[in-house]
Amino acid sequence: MTKNIDIQQFLDADQKKGLLRILTAGSVDDGKSTLIGRLLFDSKKLYDDQLATLERDSKRIGHAGEDIDYALLLDGLKAEREQGITIDVAYRYFSTNKRKFIIADTPGHEQYTRNMVTGASTASLAIILIDARKGVITQTKRHTFLVSLLGIKHVVVAVNKMDLKDYSQEVFNSIVEEYKNFSSTLDIPDIHYFPISALKGDNVVDESKNMPWYKGRTLLSFLENVQVSSDRNFDDMRYPVQIVNRPNIHFRGFAATVASGIVRQGAEVMSIPSGQKSRIKEIVTYDGNLDEAFPPQSVTITLEDEIDASRGDMFVYPDNVPTISQKLEAMLVWMDEKEMDKEMQFFIKHANNSTRAFVTHIDYRVDVNTLEQSNIDHFKLNDIGKVQITTNKPLFFDPYKKNKITGSFILIDPITNNTAAVGMIIGKSKDADSRTITAKGRLHKVANTEEAQNKYQELKLKGRTVVRLDKAALKSKFTELPNEEVTKGFVELLLGEGVDVVK
Amino acid sequence: MNYNLSNLKELEAEAIHIIREVAAEFENPVMLYSIGKDSSVMVRLAEKAFAPGKVPFPLMHIDSKWKFKEMVEFRDHYAKENNWDLIVEYNKEGFEQGIGPFTHGSKVHTDVMKTQALLAALDKYGFDAAFGGARRDEEKSRAKERIFSFRNEFHQWDPKNQRPELWSIYNTKVHKGESIRVFPISNWTELDIWNYIRLENIPIVPLYFAKKRPIVNWNGALILVDDDRMPKDIAEKAEMQMVRFRTLGCYPLTGAVESEATTIEEIVEEMMTVTVSERTTRVIDFDQDGSMEEKKKEGYF
Repeated sequence: MTKNIDIQQFLDADQKKGLLRILTAGSVDDGKSTLIGRLLFDSKKLYDDQLATLERDSKRIGHAGEDIDYALLLDGLKAEREQGITIDVAYRYFSTNKRKFIIADTPGHEQYTRNMVTGASTASLAIILIDARKGVITQTKRHTFLVSLLGIKHVVVAVNKMDLKDYSQEVFNSIVEEYKNFSSTLDIPDIHYFPISALKGDNVVDESKNMPWYKGRTLLSFLENVQVSSDRNFDDMRYPVQIVNRPNIHFRGFAATVASGIVRQGAEVMSIPSGQKSRIKEIVTYDGNLDEAFPPQSVTITLEDEIDASRGDMFVYPDNVPTISQKLEAMLVWMDEKEMDKEMQFFIKHANNSTRAFVTHIDYRVDVNTLEQSNIDHFKLNDIGKVQITTNKPLFFDPYKKNKITGSFILIDPITNNTAAVGMIIGKSKDADSRTITAKGRLHKVANTEEAQNKYQELKLKGRTVVRLDKAALKSKFTELPNEEVTKGFVELLLGEGVDVVK
Repeated sequence: MNYNLSNLKELEAEAIHIIREVAAEFENPVMLYSIGKDSSVMVRLAEKAFAPGKVPFPLMHIDSKWKFKEMVEFRDHYAKENNWDLIVEYNKEGFEQGIGPFTHGSKVHTDVMKTQALLAALDKYGFDAAFGGARRDEEKSRAKERIFSFRNEFHQWDPKNQRPELWSIYNTKVHKGESIRVFPISNWTELDIWNYIRLENIPIVPLYFAKKRPIVNWNGALILVDDDRMPKDIAEKAEMQMVRFRTLGCYPLTGAVESEATTIEEIVEEMMTVTVSERTTRVIDFDQDGSMEEKKKEGYF
């Protein structure tokens, strides 16, 4: 009986623990998988039979010589186990008696920038691994840049393989210096440094006896205690309607996950884009009504008045509204094997809103290794750059730096349906208030009817608005062909409205 | 006011967000219901997502015809009590041919009565999204699965060609015939599931709790003598043993563990000192190295 009470206390404590989402970045050679394996292993969460499989596999395809290869525990998929590399994002779970952890384990190779960006998008903290023998290398800079791009505020620099450098304080200090120098230009407010050996276990979970000169915490102790709750935005209330819940005529609720700010019962809210105002009558959940809701809670609100809002609309407080615009500038990461097609009208998905979007201009591309900017006219896989985007209807957004949820979006290729690119909003385009809201259409000259037909189909598939003004098309509509002057004027008019013309 | 959410409440909120997203974006979703504890949690989360309304999509159980009797009783009882819109499908042809684990082995049985039955049912109703209760911590290959996992028109999964998944923005676009498998409890661990069942008082099949049951040792697993389809020569060796089940599936393929745990607290206590991880009591995973990955590619969850 007493035992059961202990377990109850344990379970009560367990469910109340906070959750920390971590990104790990580094290559196979940095011992990243070994570090994660060590965290999992030493925090006593490995089940015995997983260990048994591990020992069996180590003998067959292990890379760690005599020691247990912790990396094998993590590399899930068959193909990559044979290649000895991690090729995708894998999620790991472990907990200590202070916290629960989700690790997004992502590879460090250049061609997999895509995966690292993916893992970084949900993480509050990043562990960047540096091989003590190599110091700060190109890859370290790339990882750090991506971490800052994705807005991760807490970075742990783990200088690994200290055992191979005689646990030297000088080696560690010079790496720290070097890292500080280059990272000072990036926007990362909280950076901590740890000298470790993942393989031998120094300063990961247990304090190192080999580095008496290091007086700081162990890596795990730091992860258990670091404060990250202030990363959430509790200031700007944004409630993007996900679904309208109308089970019967007496109930009309707007269900959403609170993106930011505090939703208060009784508060006056405004619906965007309609501008209609009302008060929050109830904050409804299955477990009873709440007085307040905060991110990332998923709730349902009802209003005092009948307001016509639907999915994608947003409730905010009238004195604190997001930017409302059809033109925005953003940092874009190209995620698709297929190169960017400049004519493509993508689907954009942003805060439960979905519409069409053009990338109207690429301001520059950033080299992730040197951070140098260059001009390009389209994106390839893993390219990152600043762009101008025009959407078919207004979006309601905040800068990504202030609000990850209302500041992020994805672009979907309308032909393949793949997620082609992801974006972090900087703000409204500089020229957003100028007269032309839509991008100009393009004129496609064709030689014959067949070409016209093909071009028309191709553009349609890309989601563009197209008008055919070639001879065959005109003949089918008019008994007499309009004169050249009229056609010319008409073409100008259409292009000005953002319509493509096939002629 | 403290604006920190506990980990379980955060996982709950994430799951509700995912479930609502499917209801908003797909024309014809379904929730696959396995009768297991993870399914029970998933159904509760769906109820929470649409409260005070009803869950706007059906639940579907693929009956291999070799499930534990208690599972089927549990399913029918709670479906009726909670007024679930429940579809039960099975592979008629396979059933009539008498396909089963004792006669055809676990591989053929799983393929015909589970994988094929599931694919046929998905085609029959034209579901464009199907919820599953898989968790990433269950098995190595699942650690890399997306929450919204794309399947081609043949229901196949391509682990090398998964859509990037960022923030909580999910790409729900599919062409006709293609579909998405959705895993709202991807980020839950086994302990989270038990704790949630405990806190929410979610009913689960009694087989999860220890009891004296007629058990035979078959191919190294403790198998319950659940009906007279078990070959006589095996069944007659049955002895009453105090056991429970850590996972539920087809009774000849699901091994029990010896246990005295009759409450959730006792199960968790055993779990904290376990010597086997969850899925090892399922016989199908041992077929070959990476076998779950192979099955997933073919369409099994």
